[in-house]
Amino acid sequence: MTMLEIHNLHVRVGGKPILQGIDLCVNAGEVHAIMGPNGSGKSTLARALSGHPDYQVTEGEVSYEGRDLLAMDPEERARDGVFMAFQYPVEIPGVNNAYFLKAALNAIRTHRGQEELDAIEFMALMREKSTLLEIDPSMLTRSVNEGFSGGEKKRNEIFQMAVLEPKLAILDETDSGLDIDALKLVANGVNAMRSPERAIIVVTHYQRLLDYIVPDVVHVLSGGRIVKSGDRALALELEDKGYGWLEPEAAAAAPAAKA
Amino acid sequence: MTTATRTIEELANREYQYGFVTDVEAETVPKGLNEEVVRLISEKKREPEWLLEWRLKAYRTWLAMTEPTWQNVRYPAIDYQDIIYYSAPKKKPTLNSLDEVDPEIRATFEKLGIPLEEQKLFAGVAVDAVFDSVSVATTFRTKLAEMGIIFCSFSDAVQEHPDLVRKYLGTVVPYSDNFFATLNSAVFSDGSFAYIPKGVRCPMELSTYFRINARNTGQFERTLIIADEGAHVSYLEGCTAPMRDENQLHAAVVELVALDNATIKYSTIQNWYPGDKQGKGGIFNFVTKRGKAAGVNSKITWTQVETGSAITWKYPGCILLGDHSIGEFYSVATTNNWQQADTGTKMIHIGRNTKSTIVSKGISAGHGQNTYRGMVKIGKQAHGARNYSQCDSLLIGDQCGAHTFPYLEIKNTSARVEHEASTSKIDEDQIFYCRQRGLSTEDAVNLIVSGFCREVFRELPMEFAVEAQKLLSVSLEGSVG
Ligand SMILES: Nc1ncnc2c1ncn2[C@@H]1O[C@H](COP(=O)(O)OP(=O)(O)OP(=O)(O)O)[C@@H](O)[C@H]1O
Ligand SMILES: [Mg+2]
Repeated sequence: MTMLEIHNLHVRVGGKPILQGIDLCVNAGEVHAIMGPNGSGKSTLARALSGHPDYQVTEGEVSYEGRDLLAMDPEERARDGVFMAFQYPVEIPGVNNAYFLKAALNAIRTHRGQEELDAIEFMALMREKSTLLEIDPSMLTRSVNEGFSGGEKKRNEIFQMAVLEPKLAILDETDSGLDIDALKLVANGVNAMRSPERAIIVVTHYQRLLDYIVPDVVHVLSGGRIVKSGDRALALELEDKGYGWLEPEAAAAAPAAKA
Repeated sequence: MTTATRTIEELANREYQYGFVTDVEAETVPKGLNEEVVRLISEKKREPEWLLEWRLKAYRTWLAMTEPTWQNVRYPAIDYQDIIYYSAPKKKPTLNSLDEVDPEIRATFEKLGIPLEEQKLFAGVAVDAVFDSVSVATTFRTKLAEMGIIFCSFSDAVQEHPDLVRKYLGTVVPYSDNFFATLNSAVFSDGSFAYIPKGVRCPMELSTYFRINARNTGQFERTLIIADEGAHVSYLEGCTAPMRDENQLHAAVVELVALDNATIKYSTIQNWYPGDKQGKGGIFNFVTKRGKAAGVNSKITWTQVETGSAITWKYPGCILLGDHSIGEFYSVATTNNWQQADTGTKMIHIGRNTKSTIVSKGISAGHGQNTYRGMVKIGKQAHGARNYSQCDSLLIGDQCGAHTFPYLEIKNTSARVEHEASTSKIDEDQIFYCRQRGLSTEDAVNLIVSGFCREVFRELPMEFAVEAQKLLSVSLEGSVG
């Protein structure tokens, strides 16, 4: 079943056109990897899908479970199961990490017509999920991301994903800055979430992550367009050859590109 | 969502919810101020001669004073002859039992969440409720009396404990202190009085709830708290007023005295009517609060959450007289719409090894103007004195302003003074992060703001911390589009 369908998506940021016609179709149960050079628009795609107000959609459609995703507020998207793990998670000083997550979870549960979790049920859930990702309990009582190391922030994102159980998860370079052990933990966490009802998009620069999280499809984003899609082998090829060899294809895919 | 966050959400969509007027018959003195009015107030309260004399001295001093203009607030001139200086609910003003409280007034306090029936009170808080000028009920009085604690209205204290009142009244804030305190000294109507005897730790929070009800009435309450040697007390003050188009004056005085090894913790949640979105109406809040840490090892902590009033002018301070005494000031002040606040503290170090801490969090939204004004004074004899000040400002939107005026006066070279200050804007990326996790913009702002204020909120007693958080969210309502 199609979960996410992106058609001809154009996005501008700060007055500058970044995405120039993205087409992408993700089915429930699939894992898609998006790779591509720095500045090619991967984070822009992730932010546009989660509804960041600075990212202006100028053309195209996105349907999520048959609904017009672009018409929804960021919080509506989140409550309906869209989760983005940030490339640079934000610090919120003075706000307890567990408290934050509980507020988020209960907002989502309320939206789904489920009972809010009380403090005891919530703590039990936290314990379960933090064991999975080997999260140090002291991280839960600290302020959201404040003073976390780069790797801890990334792990905290995946921890939040595990607690919030989204339907569509977009992980923006969650592997960057992780040591080998943490990378395996995060990959385990993501794999534990794989299910026929859930779709996952992983943005990464490293094929190594894809050894652990094996994708169904790999896409290359370049110059604001998806210039090539393929299976896992594509990632290996990229590792070998870099992105340069795709450039003619990028140019071919963008005949109307104006300077 | 947690109940706290949910309540915030509910409240966030409301206007000022305390803006109702209660219909009670009031006994008032004629509008305006002159010696006759001062005498009349004193007479109505059957005060002893010395107190009348004190009031009259204050009145005469006041006549020669001019209203201060150094504060960073703008407001139309106050016509002191257009104010009613005394208004009391007509039914018997001094009450022996709660059953005698006018049912209308009782209903008002219940609406405000201050049930006067003792059985309904959450355990551990004794309440004195002041309606316009008169204290209408003090709960738990007998229970406290068994421990030697006096907690009653100021008027009752004048009648029943005149020696204590006479001994301490004006010893921290002299009648000639400043324009507004002097005015208060002349016309103060009522307020709370507490005395904690030697070695006694007050077993419950003492609390006063102030309510302005009558039109054109000023509220001039006066509070005096004395913690004798080794005594401990935590005191809370809450305030609300009806919504009215005209401004109303509130000029209170609070004096605290802590003797050797005594501790006084004074917390305020100030939620006087702030005026409407166009800046019409609202309370002018000109308040003088000061504590004297008179004894060795004594400690005074001021915690304030200032969300209301059109104008706030207050600088709760500590005179650190005793050696090793400690003064603390924790403050959250918000200004939204057209509110203006000029608030801060004065820490005056006199004794040796005295220590003070200042944590001020100013939040400005709408066209709000928020000024921190603080003074740290270290006297010649204050060897080893230390001060730490932290002043943070948070701006929501770009029409508001934050200002910081720290004054330092150091006369002892062994003193150590540290000052940190920051100004930040509420970060769009923080809001987006919260929204991406399912929280509404409003909840996101509340969360970020309460995180910003955490160091102050954690100084408040539990149930008041929740209350403060709610008020904050209400006062910032509509500040982020
Ligand atoms: N707010 C902004 N204003 C102007 N330009 C922006 C803004 N945000 C992003 N851009 C630009 O958009 C382009 C795409 O950025 P994006 O973050 O999507 O790249 P990316 O593919 O995620 O790169 P990386 O691999 O380095 O994370 C970059 O050239 C970037 O400078
Ligand atoms: Mg990126």
